[in-house]
Amino acid sequence: MTLLPRKRDGHPPAHTPGYKSSVARSPSRALISGPASPTELSGPTFGHELLGKLDNNLVVNFTGQPAIGERIIVHGRVLDEMGRPVPGALVEVWQANAGGRYRHKKDGYLAPLDPNFGGCGRTITADDGSYEFLTVRPGAYPWPNGPNDWRPMHIHFSLFGPSFGQRLITQMYFEGDPLIPRCPIIRTIADPSAIERLVAPLDMNRAMPMDCLAYKFDIVLRGRRQTMFENQMEGM
Amino acid sequence: MVQPLDYLPETPSQTAGPYVHIGCTPNFVGIHGIYAEDLALKPFPAEAPGERITVTGSVIDGTGTVLRDVLVETWQPGADGRFGPGAQGFCRMPSSLETGEWVLETVKPGAVGPNAPYIALWIVARGINIGLQTRMYFEGDDLSSDPLLTRLEHQNRIPTLVAKKTGDGTYRFDIRLQGEGETIFLDM
Repeated sequence: MTLLPRKRDGHPPAHTPGYKSSVARSPSRALISGPASPTELSGPTFGHELLGKLDNNLVVNFTGQPAIGERIIVHGRVLDEMGRPVPGALVEVWQANAGGRYRHKKDGYLAPLDPNFGGCGRTITADDGSYEFLTVRPGAYPWPNGPNDWRPMHIHFSLFGPSFGQRLITQMYFEGDPLIPRCPIIRTIADPSAIERLVAPLDMNRAMPMDCLAYKFDIVLRGRRQTMFENQMEGM
Repeated sequence: MVQPLDYLPETPSQTAGPYVHIGCTPNFVGIHGIYAEDLALKPFPAEAPGERITVTGSVIDGTGTVLRDVLVETWQPGADGRFGPGAQGFCRMPSSLETGEWVLETVKPGAVGPNAPYIALWIVARGINIGLQTRMYFEGDDLSSDPLLTRLEHQNRIPTLVAKKTGDGTYRFDIRLQGEGETIFLDM
């Protein structure tokens, strides 16, 4: 089994001066490619016994009382580059509250904390690769980068597929947010079609009448390839 | 015209940002009550066989400043060179919010195939646009036939992948993101 090589032009490069934090934190030498070993190809597995009942319900998982904000379902499938579903993937999310404030001592934004919103959730994908969360739509917020930079509404996603070499952290954005093209972090990605793949469309098929709207966000992990020709005897 | 190659492109990476702890180690930043405990605090149970080691490290930026908001994940086989079961061998370490140090208490991994024993690392933080992959080998081990290390053009950079022995069962491993002594990062 091998992992498909990562196509780096669909990702942000390390050094992106428009996002100032990257300047001193980006490697300047070339990445080294070599033969992956079973360590990069394997990875931990997480069972459903890890999960609490409300782990994927950010509306109530902090105190049991509902958080303030626009109720939304965020759902989708985790696939690999071959288009195959990835079952058993650990999906962890974190986000600001509806006012754009994180529950973190380093966030001093004016918007208040919501006493009933913690800001994290997790789930494990089903056999068809599907996952879903119930949450509130996060607010946009200002951040220290340029003189007046704002993050669009977003949810952070951490993905753990079967291989440690597939590890991925990304961010989901919301259809129609005018801050998307202005965001220096989004603009670290040069390819406009790659940016579009981070924007979740409104999904009225999953919205629940008189309850919540829904957004659909599919995620693709690096492909894992195994063919009979890769298992042939040495020298054949 | 030809048939389309209808593979899917990998979802683009975005930085983990300054609040990665909220999602990955919420209890570490005082968000209690959602998960009973943070994921993968220890890679192995106390009774796991093998030599117990402690690795202390930090991640340092191009100005020489230690990162205090970095998250380091490690994945390794047990002392017998086998993986698992379950999540055994996986550890998630937020660096200290005060000192930037992280501490990995684990068992020394066994060799896998022709590779010298090593632990795989994945590093994310604010300012890191795509998670950085690297490896940690161990001072004192025979590294002379490791398939990755032997093919490196710049052999003088190998020490950046080797944890220094500081005592009986203790090692030090500092990761330099940029500049002099820059750690080798991998794309594999």
